[in-house]
Amino acid sequence: MENIHDFYTKMEEGNIMLSFKGEVTSDLLTSILQIMESKMDTLEEPPVVKKKVYNILVECLQNLYHHLENDDFATPINEKSALFMIKKQNDEYSIMTGNYMVKENVMPMKKRLDTINAMDSMQLKTYYKEVLNNGEMSSKGGGGLGMIDIARKSGKKLEYRFDDVDDKLTFFSLNVKVAQNRNKEEKEEKVK
Amino acid sequence: MEILILEGTPKTPTIEFKPSEGYLLLRGRSIPENSIEFYKPLIEGLDAYNSSPQSKTTVDIQLEYFNTSSSKCVLDVLKKLEAINGNSEVIINWYYEEDDEDMLEAGEDYQAIINVPFKMIEVEE
Repeated sequence: MENIHDFYTKMEEGNIMLSFKGEVTSDLLTSILQIMESKMDTLEEPPVVKKKVYNILVECLQNLYHHLENDDFATPINEKSALFMIKKQNDEYSIMTGNYMVKENVMPMKKRLDTINAMDSMQLKTYYKEVLNNGEMSSKGGGGLGMIDIARKSGKKLEYRFDDVDDKLTFFSLNVKVAQNRNKEEKEEKVK
Repeated sequence: MEILILEGTPKTPTIEFKPSEGYLLLRGRSIPENSIEFYKPLIEGLDAYNSSPQSKTTVDIQLEYFNTSSSKCVLDVLKKLEAINGNSEVIINWYYEEDDEDMLEAGEDYQAIINVPFKMIEVEE
């Protein structure tokens, strides 16, 4: 029998609040969001933190949802499957996602993430407005705003990596950290 | 002109569009996976309204959360209101919860794009 205790220990040591691997459906998103909302209520998180985490969760999950909807053919072994984890350690939330991607999409994605990571909060605000007003909306309504919004709300650089699987596929991992008390720090900064 | 009332769900906001009263309300969460489909009836309703609007049009936008896919649709709604503003006096009230700087900022982002003044209203949590 497999060692379930190993799985448990890994999740416990990793401070994983919730994890899911499998097909990402609309109903699943609704459930995960409800679970996380009640967990954060139980933890009595400040409304500012709750809202930020919730917003980033929505965008990360919907990124996965739309990605799987568009590229399902690209994952022969793990059809429509993605990984999703939420971690809380020392008052910092991390939202982690993992999914297969065809290799052609790796460079454009890397370029987008690097562009976003090179920007400060004011530049991100300007970029967001630009894409919001001029960007073409995809049929699914995405339109490239998701990652910009995630970066804006997170207040931290987006961590990512690509791991080659075979000659066609790459595994894309994204880790979004939610900075605590960003607004407070900024306010204090302004006062100085 | 037809009145449009949609009750809120965990993923979509309450919409109340009452053309005879010149009133539009958007309240709650807007996080559907397919927002274009959801906002379509409202966009069409606003188009129809612009042919014979009331002298005054009041809009209350009281969103708790919205996803980026909705943000484009909200912009479309606001652009329709900007067009209506030529034929009717449009008043846009943008509500945000106390300390919700992201929602205040979202209102300011729209205000920078749309040529209709917004009234920013802080509400208690």
